[in-house]
Amino acid sequence: MRSTWHSATIVETRAETPHSVRMTLAVPTWPGSEPGSHLDVRLTAPDGYQASRSYSVASSSPWGHVVLAIDELPDGEVSPFLVNEARPGDTLEVHGPLGSYFVWRPGQNDRPVQLIAGGSGVVPLYAMAVAHDLAEDTTPFQLLYSVRTPADAFFAAELTELAGPSFQVTHVYTRQAPTGWPGTVGRLTRDTLAASTIPPSERPRVYVCGSTGFAETVATWLLDLGHSTTDILTERFGGL
Amino acid sequence: MPFATRGFSGRRGQADTRVPPGQTMVEKWPVLSAGPTPQVETRDWELTVQDETGTDHRWSWDELHALGVEDITVDIHCVTHWSKLGMAWRGVSLDKILANVRSEHRYVMAHSYGGYTTNLPLEDLLDGKAWIATEAEGEPLDPEHGGPARLLVPHLYFWKSAKWVRGLTMMPDNDPGFWEQYGYHLYGDPWKEQRYR
Repeated sequence: MRSTWHSATIVETRAETPHSVRMTLAVPTWPGSEPGSHLDVRLTAPDGYQASRSYSVASSSPWGHVVLAIDELPDGEVSPFLVNEARPGDTLEVHGPLGSYFVWRPGQNDRPVQLIAGGSGVVPLYAMAVAHDLAEDTTPFQLLYSVRTPADAFFAAELTELAGPSFQVTHVYTRQAPTGWPGTVGRLTRDTLAASTIPPSERPRVYVCGSTGFAETVATWLLDLGHSTTDILTERFGGL
Repeated sequence: MPFATRGFSGRRGQADTRVPPGQTMVEKWPVLSAGPTPQVETRDWELTVQDETGTDHRWSWDELHALGVEDITVDIHCVTHWSKLGMAWRGVSLDKILANVRSEHRYVMAHSYGGYTTNLPLEDLLDGKAWIATEAEGEPLDPEHGGPARLLVPHLYFWKSAKWVRGLTMMPDNDPGFWEQYGYHLYGDPWKEQRYR
């Protein structure tokens, strides 16, 4: 294999939501990554036992700080450790960046971009929104973000901060909305999707990330609405 | 070992010699694909094998089954670190499909409904190592798992087992398919952890 494992040290952890952690890693040899890409995290036990999982990169800096946001899978092996046990100073290994398909590159400004996320699926899309902002790109960006409750939203403050003339954020709350929320509470529907996303006539690039059920449902609706299959990129999680 | 991560012991009782390095056993069957799921009816489904003479060999759904369906029990290994052991499949051996195909070429590009492609050496599809699978765990293959038919090449990482397969094209060189162009390994042996290039 050409690419190798990089040593990483946790420099900061904080609760992202009640069930997830935002983790900043110092990875001195990190080569940089494109918005939307992921990496593999590898943990090693004292007897040499190892476990690896893939996580999307939320952001990475030129000086080798890599930010991940990791949701705890109740039956997981790696995510409960990272969410509940890991703390600054701990070391682990990462491999990447991986994936150059589900990415948005600044300069891809010929067509608007529609981001659609469920839960922690917002992480790679947040990376794209950050890159769009840093590049001062005026390509219209929209995010439709479905979460259970306001407390379950990842990067809530950052997304509010990023919102502006060329980046519009719409939330769907499936269980509980903020006080004074004018909309309805409940699962995303095809009608809401149609009403709150860039129409197919504008030929947006559409990035969908969430659980398999979420991604399947949304991708099917997007096709029904008239988006072309080649304009819809999906990333699904839920395996491990 | 370069170091251990403080406090990590992992989940034990999983040690199984059938699980390749870097993999974890799963019971459920995760889904991963790059875009929307193609919906293909079996009455419209067709498999085409193309060789360098320009001859197309074609099978309808019924013609495929007439070649002889067999039961297959295999372990599958996904590049995203999960392995599912002892899966029961049904399908038609590629040996039967390729029996009358003559080609000097050593590589194959598998093509799918929806545009997905993946490259494989021809020899990895022969001698009882690969199938066109139409059932898994006693049920017709769900569209999200590649139904109505997918390639099944269990000795390689599972992205090589192209979902929604529609054709095989013989090719002289080992040209990269879809994920291979995005940095995945050209061959993908799970026992050598050939995940990425």
